[in-house]
Amino acid sequence: MNPRRTLATAGRVLSQVRHDPRTIVLLLVVPSLLIGLLAWIFSDTPVFATIGPGMIALFPFIVMFLVTSITTLRERRTGTLERLLSMPLGKGDLILGYTLAFGLLAVAQSAVAVGFAVWVCGLEISGSIWLLLAVAVADAVLGTTLGLLASAFARTEFQVVQFMPALVFPQILLGGIFLPREQLPDVLRSASDWLPLSHAIDALQAVATDSQDAAYVGGELLIIGAWIVGAVVLGSVTLRRRTP
Amino acid sequence: MVNTSAPAVDVTDLHVRRGKHPVLHGLSVSVPSGVVVGLLGPSGCGKTTLLRTIVGVQVVQSGTVTVLGQDAGSASLRHRVGYVTQDASVYDDLTVRQNLQYFRAVLGAPRGDVDRVLALTDLTSQAGQLVGSLSGGQRSRVSLAGALLGSPDLLVLDEPTVGLDPLLRVELWTLFHHLAASGTSLLVSSHVMDEASRCDRLLLMRDGEILADDTPAGLLAATGTEDTEGAFLALIQRHPLADDSRSGTTGGNDS
Repeated sequence: MNPRRTLATAGRVLSQVRHDPRTIVLLLVVPSLLIGLLAWIFSDTPVFATIGPGMIALFPFIVMFLVTSITTLRERRTGTLERLLSMPLGKGDLILGYTLAFGLLAVAQSAVAVGFAVWVCGLEISGSIWLLLAVAVADAVLGTTLGLLASAFARTEFQVVQFMPALVFPQILLGGIFLPREQLPDVLRSASDWLPLSHAIDALQAVATDSQDAAYVGGELLIIGAWIVGAVVLGSVTLRRRTP
Repeated sequence: MVNTSAPAVDVTDLHVRRGKHPVLHGLSVSVPSGVVVGLLGPSGCGKTTLLRTIVGVQVVQSGTVTVLGQDAGSASLRHRVGYVTQDASVYDDLTVRQNLQYFRAVLGAPRGDVDRVLALTDLTSQAGQLVGSLSGGQRSRVSLAGALLGSPDLLVLDEPTVGLDPLLRVELWTLFHHLAASGTSLLVSSHVMDEASRCDRLLLMRDGEILADDTPAGLLAATGTEDTEGAFLALIQRHPLADDSRSGTTGGNDS
């Protein structure tokens, strides 16, 4: 691994995205539109105030998962990955380069989503808005790294899109948006404790209601961070220079 | 520097399966250094598998592959071996220059190298264009340009001239010989037999085996034919396939 090659890879991925303005618009606008739609649906009820913070975790997570998994799969399928792995590029350089590039996009995306939710949709945030943004960004980066990992197990675009419901939906269902996690059946409750999205939603709700101190949010961020690191390491391990 | 007397590539008793099919069964071959060696044979005979093995991206079952004196695929070879895959492996959503700048950064080659390989592959005037907007022949030249970065000691080119017009093909072969004259070893695959006469040495391959390893002139003399296509047909008649009912077995296919 080498910082110059990692940065070159991140720069290259960002240049690719820059040549695709439609993707940029979709990345930045879609989560906000969905949050706006949700705020509209629940406009005369107190529901948006409860699930709004969770949505800030959800949409960037899903969008980054999809974009990253498909982009990396394309790299595998067009032969550029084979070329890169025959060159002096470390596997970590590639994975970290992708994580950096999409992580940067995730920062922009989360900032737009948080700003839209708070200032346009009137989501009330009692705690620090910076802490909210930090959790949202960590969550989007988590989506990126899980997407990278998922693409390692997919041979085709069809397969990688199927990973979305397989890996992401259970986390949404168990994450406490549909039903508070305390009210889940015991087995599901303990299962949800192990899922990163649950911690992201917990943290965002804690910031929104200012019901916990910063140490609690920091702890949740650490758990998400551990998942990010785990997905990056596992993603590098599953990347093979020699293929059958 | 490469010791010009040692072979660039030495393959001994190589067995490779791709999926369930054995592609190479006990193949041994040696590629001399500092010359253009053509690897010719029909589609599906195992050319790409052999090239992938030499570059070190193919899982092999058994056998030894030595490239520039080291095990194929070792880390130190990744600077010294340039590889062009059959389909152009470049980023369609980047410009020609951006593609080459990225590969240059990965290789750690000097900055001026991008302009050098653009000129070598006659792409200077397309440098600012998106690769996705180029013709097929131009895309494959971008792929080739990427492999020339950092002046590797061995170039492994998988059908680099497919889809190019005749003039451009002649230019590329001139480039290959120019590179060989400056000490680069080249292994170039093709399924177009008329390109054989442009190589310094030929490897004729069929069904995972090397049928002939000779100079173009030597091959014609040995087979008493006038062109490589005829030579190839003559060799096939001399070495029938194992499942050819009219004759004996070539053996070794079930190992």
